[in-house]
Amino acid sequence: MDLFEHQGKELFARYGLPVPVGEVAFSPDEAVAAASRLGLPVVVKAQVHTGGRGKAGGVKLAADPDAVRQCAADILGLDISGHIVHRLWIEQASDIAEEYYASFTLDRSARTHLGMLSVEGGVEIETVAAGDPDAIARIHIDPVDGLSEQSCRQWVRAARIPEAVADAVADALEILYRAYVDADADLVEVNPLIVTSAGDVVLLDSKVTLDANSTFRHDDYAQYDATQPRDEREQAAHAKRLQYVGLDGSVGVIANGAGLAMSTVDVVNQVGGSPANFLDIGGGANAEVMAGALEVINNDPAVRAILINIFGGITRGEEIANGIVEATGRVDIDSPIVVRLDGTNAAEGRALLEPHLSGELMMEPTMLDAARRAVELAGTGGGKVQP
Amino acid sequence: MSIFVDENTRVVYQGLTGSQGRYYGLLNRDYGTQVVAGTNPRKAGTDVDGVPVFATVAEAAAATGATVSCVFIPAPGVPGAVLEAAEAAMELVVVITEGVPAHDEAFVFNKLRRDHSGVRLLGPNCPGVISPGKCNIGITAGHIALPGGPVGIVSRSGTLTYQALYELKQQGIGVTTCVGIGGDPVPGTTFVDCLAAFEADPETRAVMMIGEIGGSAEEAAAAFIAEHMTKPVAAYVAGVTAPPGKKMGHAGAIVSGGKGTAAAKMEALTAAGARVGQNPTEAGELMVEIVAAL
Repeated sequence: MDLFEHQGKELFARYGLPVPVGEVAFSPDEAVAAASRLGLPVVVKAQVHTGGRGKAGGVKLAADPDAVRQCAADILGLDISGHIVHRLWIEQASDIAEEYYASFTLDRSARTHLGMLSVEGGVEIETVAAGDPDAIARIHIDPVDGLSEQSCRQWVRAARIPEAVADAVADALEILYRAYVDADADLVEVNPLIVTSAGDVVLLDSKVTLDANSTFRHDDYAQYDATQPRDEREQAAHAKRLQYVGLDGSVGVIANGAGLAMSTVDVVNQVGGSPANFLDIGGGANAEVMAGALEVINNDPAVRAILINIFGGITRGEEIANGIVEATGRVDIDSPIVVRLDGTNAAEGRALLEPHLSGELMMEPTMLDAARRAVELAGTGGGKVQP
Repeated sequence: MSIFVDENTRVVYQGLTGSQGRYYGLLNRDYGTQVVAGTNPRKAGTDVDGVPVFATVAEAAAATGATVSCVFIPAPGVPGAVLEAAEAAMELVVVITEGVPAHDEAFVFNKLRRDHSGVRLLGPNCPGVISPGKCNIGITAGHIALPGGPVGIVSRSGTLTYQALYELKQQGIGVTTCVGIGGDPVPGTTFVDCLAAFEADPETRAVMMIGEIGGSAEEAAAAFIAEHMTKPVAAYVAGVTAPPGKKMGHAGAIVSGGKGTAAAKMEALTAAGARVGQNPTEAGELMVEIVAAL
C-alpha cells in the first residue's frame, strides 16, 4: 500500500521528524490559498504513486501567487508514467545545501531489515548503485535487536556524512527506523534528506509503502487504503475482496490460487493472447465468489472471452462445477466462457457441467487447450454482445 | 525416506478448536497423520473428535510426545504461537495462516535463528508439507499425491503444487515429500533448505521446484543447484508476464525496481543446469523425461 509523499511526511512529522510545512490542494485556487497561508516561495508538488516526478515537470518552485496558480494548473492532470495527477502538495521552499539518501526496507534474502544511506542523494538510488556502489553504506538490522544508537552512528560514519551534521542525521535515522517498524512499512525512503544552509537536517521527500497485512493493528490505514490508485475494475474487485490486478488485454482470467492465476496469465500470453486481468478467487470457488468474479470481469469492456482455470484440491470438482453453473445463472455474461476443471473429482465436475455447455460455455481438458480456445474466441470476437 | 515428516511424526495443532484448524486437522488425521493433540488455553481438558486439547504446546508435548506443531491461529496471534512452539522444543512448526505482517515474520525468523536454532519454521502462508502415504500436515488434498518416490517437490505456490502432484500421479510417478514454502516475503524455510534436504535424502532422486516472481529465492536456489546438487531438477517459475509494481495475490510476488522477474529466475535456473518449463504442464513433462532416464 503506497502512500502519497504528503501522507508519508505527515507520518514522519508525528514522530517529530523535521519535514517542511505544507498543505494539500486539489485545484489552482486551493494551491494559491495554501501558498498565502504558508508564505512564499513555495514548491508545488504532484502527488502520485510513482517516481520521476521532477523530470516529468511535476515539481515546480513558485515565487508569487500567479506563479503558484500557473504551476498548479500545469501539474494537475499531468500524466506521470501513467499516473494522472489529481492532488498537489504545496510546501514552503527549502534552502538546500546538501542532498543525501536514506531508506529502510526488508532485505528478503538476508531476512533482516536493511538500511541504506548515501551522500549522493537527489538522484535515483539505482543510478548510484550502478555508477558508484561504494557511495552507499548498508546496515543489516536484526529485528529482534533493532537499530542501536552505536551502530546507527557507525553507519552514518561509514556513509561519510560530514562531521558537522553526523549527529543530527543519526538522530533522524534512529527515529525514522522507529517509524518504519511502528508503521509496519515495507519501505521508507527519504530522497533527498537535506541539510539546509543553516545546517538543519530536513526530510524533503518521502516514499512510504505499508504492509497491508498489518491493517489489523493500524486503525489509521483505512485512510491510506481509500487513496490507493485503482481503476474502476480494480475498485470493484477490491470492494468484493478479490485479489485482482487489471491488465490491458481481452481475455478475462479467473483461477484459484495466486500461483495458478499467475500461471494462467502467462499461458494466455504464450498462446498469443493478451489477458485482461489477474484474478485469484482463492482455494474454495463457491458460487458466490465465482459470481462476484464473473461480474467484475464482465464489467470490463475490453473483455472478449473469459477463461476459468480451476484446480480442485480439497474443494471437489462437483462443488466447483455447481459454483460455475449457479454463478453463470446469476450473472448475465456478455462473453463466451471457457472452463478448465481438473484435480479432485474432476470427472464428476465435468459431468455436471456437460448439460450446460453451449456456444457461451465451453470446456477444455487442459490449461493450454483452454487458453488457446479462449484466445481464439477473443480474437475472432464471437465476442462481446453489443448492447 | 522422506524429508521433514514421516509416519512416526506426532503433530500438535495450535488452533485445533477453530473452524479451519478442526477441518484440516481432522482431514490430516483421516489421511493417516498422527494428530495427537490440539491447544487452546480456554479449552484445555476438552477434545476435538477424540483429539485431546491442552492449554499449551509444552503440556501437549509432554503428554503426547508431539514433536511437530501445525499453526491455524489467526494472523495477529502467529508470532506468539510460533515462539510458544519453539520454547516447547518442537522440531518443526508449520504455519498455514495467511496475512501475517512481514515485520512479524522477520522478527520471529530471527528470534528462532538466535534462540531456537534447532527449530525449523515452515511458512507462514503455506499449504504445509506432505510425505505421501505417511504424513500430511496442512491443507494439501492428500489423495492427489502418489506415495513412494523418486521425486521431491518444493514450491512457493499452493495450487501449482497440487497441480504438480496431480500431474505426476497421472503419470504414475511417486513423491517422497512435497514442501510448500509459501508465498510470503520472509519464509521460514527456503528453496535452498529443501533442496539440501532432498539432496541428502537417498530416496529422492529428482526434484521439482516451482517458483514465482519477487525476491531472489530462485536465484539463490540456482546457485545452490549449480554448486551442490547432484540430482536433476525440473523447474517452473510463474509470473513471466506480471506487470512491475503489482502484488500478484501473494504478498511476496512482486517485481520491483526491475528485480525479481520470472525471466531472470528462469535464466539463472537454466544456467545452473535445471530444466525449466515454460508452463506447469511442460515442467511436468520435463520431470517425466527426467524420471524415465534415472
